[in-house]
Amino acid sequence: MIRIGCGAGFSADRLGPACDLVEHGRLDVIIFECVGERTLAFGHRDRLADPQKGYNAQLERRMRKILPLCRRHGTRLVTNMGAANPRAAAAATLRIARELGLSGLRVAFVEGDEVTDRLGPETPLWEGGTIRDVGLQLVGANAYIGSDALLPALEAGADVVIAGRVADPALVVAPLRHHYGWAEDDWQRLGAGTLAGHLLECGMQITGGYFADPGRKEVPRLAQCGFPIAEIDSEGGLVITKLAEAGGCVTARTVKEQLLYEVHDPARYITPDVVADFSRVGVDEVGPDRIRLSGGGGRERPADLKVTVGFDGGVLAEAGISYAGPNAGARARLARDVLEERLREVVGNEAPLRLDLIGVSSLHGTALPEATGGEDLSDARDVRVRAALRTTDRDKAETVLWEVESLLCCGPAGGGGYRGQITPSVVTYSASIARAAVPTRFHMEVA
Amino acid sequence: MTRRRLYDFAHARAGDKGDTSSVAVFVDDPADYPALKAGLTPERVKSAFPDLIRGEVVRYELDGLHGVNLVMRSALEGGVNSSLNLDSHGKSWSFLILGLDVEA
Repeated sequence: MIRIGCGAGFSADRLGPACDLVEHGRLDVIIFECVGERTLAFGHRDRLADPQKGYNAQLERRMRKILPLCRRHGTRLVTNMGAANPRAAAAATLRIARELGLSGLRVAFVEGDEVTDRLGPETPLWEGGTIRDVGLQLVGANAYIGSDALLPALEAGADVVIAGRVADPALVVAPLRHHYGWAEDDWQRLGAGTLAGHLLECGMQITGGYFADPGRKEVPRLAQCGFPIAEIDSEGGLVITKLAEAGGCVTARTVKEQLLYEVHDPARYITPDVVADFSRVGVDEVGPDRIRLSGGGGRERPADLKVTVGFDGGVLAEAGISYAGPNAGARARLARDVLEERLREVVGNEAPLRLDLIGVSSLHGTALPEATGGEDLSDARDVRVRAALRTTDRDKAETVLWEVESLLCCGPAGGGGYRGQITPSVVTYSASIARAAVPTRFHMEVA
Repeated sequence: MTRRRLYDFAHARAGDKGDTSSVAVFVDDPADYPALKAGLTPERVKSAFPDLIRGEVVRYELDGLHGVNLVMRSALEGGVNSSLNLDSHGKSWSFLILGLDVEA
């Protein structure tokens, strides 16, 4: 039996519950899953600005807290916090390990996933067209690498393995292969291991996060929600649980929701390691906060690897102003009409300008007669007008903020609470690359 | 036949890949699974949100788990890359689906 915990399900996940997991969870391995397509593209932007950056922004804070705990409890750490710069992430981790006196800690990083120099303007994209057709500055491209890339570092005895764009479930599949010696073509077990990885990779989304609906789906002590633990046997049999003292819950419902999260065809969940099959998975409650899963399997892995291609998307300008009290809806709509008239003169009729009434129709628009009754302003008592524009023209972005702020004096009665911000934007597309074109390697250094 | 709101007998979670939204819907009581399958068809979903879903809707059935997985293409205003929707990931799609009435 091996016990693997997940201490992060996305780049900005909480740290305290991860420390609790290592402290009290009797873990063999903890994973930190911190890379999405967009976080990776932002990582490339950061590295272009500073060659020592481009890894997870919270890496130092996480390592400083978690490394001493991992050392004390003999827990190995496997993560993709390297993002666009695993080498620099490993250097930062070694620096911290030495500061903390963790001499002998073996820190490895894995590289080879970056394939920017193997793509060209004519590279076709899954979404249609080519890289040239996108018309934006390419910032970086990475292939999704699998457990093959992580395994040699574990076999060499690494205590900490830092990768970049490794497929999320591979963070779990690699330690399973290392622990149980599963073959690289043992599709059945690799599929079962991928099921474990898929269930763990979003952290609290299986222990009560992204689940609570008061009065309908209660989650105990959500504010103190714990991260998940998977107990996995040599055949890939699996129990998901959590620390008894942590908040949250592991139930058939939390597990079923996560089982299909971001899955399309449950019989064909494609990863670099295997085409996993979740279609016959059974979910059984075998104890308090203990769910057993059975029936995960898989078929031969795909020949090609998926590539995420990131582009500089310019900036996103967003600004808002609020209206409240009697007739607030009508005043907000008038403010929106004023913005539409004035901003269209600046950005043009074709520009991707969006104007929302938050509290009325911002998320699902006005196209939902059944669900919302359309844009019904009669009951609106607290409405915020939001303007949003994505552009590569900084001047137009500034103009969006200025026009919304000008409504303080020039717009409808009682407008207040102006805020505006301009943030960097990235755009990502997908492509394919032959597996043989993506050799990976690891480097290990002892603190 | 009666009209029932999905929210009253099912729960759901939304995820996204690019411009594709996927929403998994499960019944609380297995006895309601036939009603879910009969009522929450791809055609029903597509016709309920004609302006939001511009692509096809595919449904995968998980009889063992008493749930269906709805995959809705071109349903996120371009997806997290280009959507100017505050909810560019479509996280709120799960409750949009649960708000539907179905004949059951």
